[in-house]
Amino acid sequence: MLLTQSQAPDFELYATPDQKLKLSSLQGKRVILAFYPADWSPVCSDQMALYNEMLDYFHKANAQLLGISVDGKWCHMSFSADRKLHFPLLADFEPKGAVAKAYGVYNEEIGECKRALFVIDENGTIAWSYLSPVGVNPGADGIMDALEEMDKNKKV
Amino acid sequence: MALRTPVNETDYLFGPTQAPIELVEYGDYQCPYCGKAYPIVKGLLQQVGDQLKFVFRNFPLSKIHPQARMAAIAAEAAGLQHKYWEMHDVIYENQKRLHHTALLEYAASIGLQMDQFTADMEREDLAAKVDGHFYSGMRSGVSATPTFFINGEKYTGSWENDDLLKYIKSTFP
Repeated sequence: MLLTQSQAPDFELYATPDQKLKLSSLQGKRVILAFYPADWSPVCSDQMALYNEMLDYFHKANAQLLGISVDGKWCHMSFSADRKLHFPLLADFEPKGAVAKAYGVYNEEIGECKRALFVIDENGTIAWSYLSPVGVNPGADGIMDALEEMDKNKKV
Repeated sequence: MALRTPVNETDYLFGPTQAPIELVEYGDYQCPYCGKAYPIVKGLLQQVGDQLKFVFRNFPLSKIHPQARMAAIAAEAAGLQHKYWEMHDVIYENQKRLHHTALLEYAASIGLQMDQFTADMEREDLAAKVDGHFYSGMRSGVSATPTFFINGEKYTGSWENDDLLKYIKSTFP
């Protein structure tokens, strides 16, 4: 898993069936990357449902949330519509898991992303990361702590 | 994980203030699991009696449960007329029907003064209180509902059947 203070590898992945999103296009904003194993599996949907409610708080902290799994763009579209998610789900689908591998959070054995969180600062540096046990919803408090810490350091 | 916002004077307490055991639930009125937990908690309160005080805080996942936040505000509005727990109960007992008209029916059924209730439903401070519950829960590590805290510590075991009761009885003999 990539360490804090390292540069976040850039990537470009499908966010909708016809649109790609490039990480570096979000420079100037903070980015929360939420790697998760799979659409439709129980814990992820709880986790994503929670993050869906957090968008206002993330927005206030100048942070954009991106969910990432190896599911394809059509699967993401359907999952996102079903759960009424208001943030992009990126398809790390082809080559499978390439971005998860670059971040060191790919589970080779089952072929899914691990459940991992990264908070990336305005300049593309990893400010905080967390690897959660796969069956445990990591919640949002760690992300909020990291965002608050970044605000503090900025003021100093 | 610890409860970051301790129980305070804005919380409605069920049970004696001085009770040694403090149980806090973060719940969502429209969440089916919370609906399942409701009779379990109610039974537990009867069994443990005055050894325990119970606090319910709101954790509405509004985008998947669009009526949960309004129901939470309705309970807070009932609280202003000293009928918080009556409203809490009637909402969970009718969880499948929580639209605005239904909430008004329940309010009338527990004897609330209706002009006051409908006016209070619009109060910004009640909505802010519910949102504050959500935020305090999230900062305390609530990631799904229901989540329980016992004397300020997150309870990570099962709450189903009599698991929570057994835990409390064994921890506080």
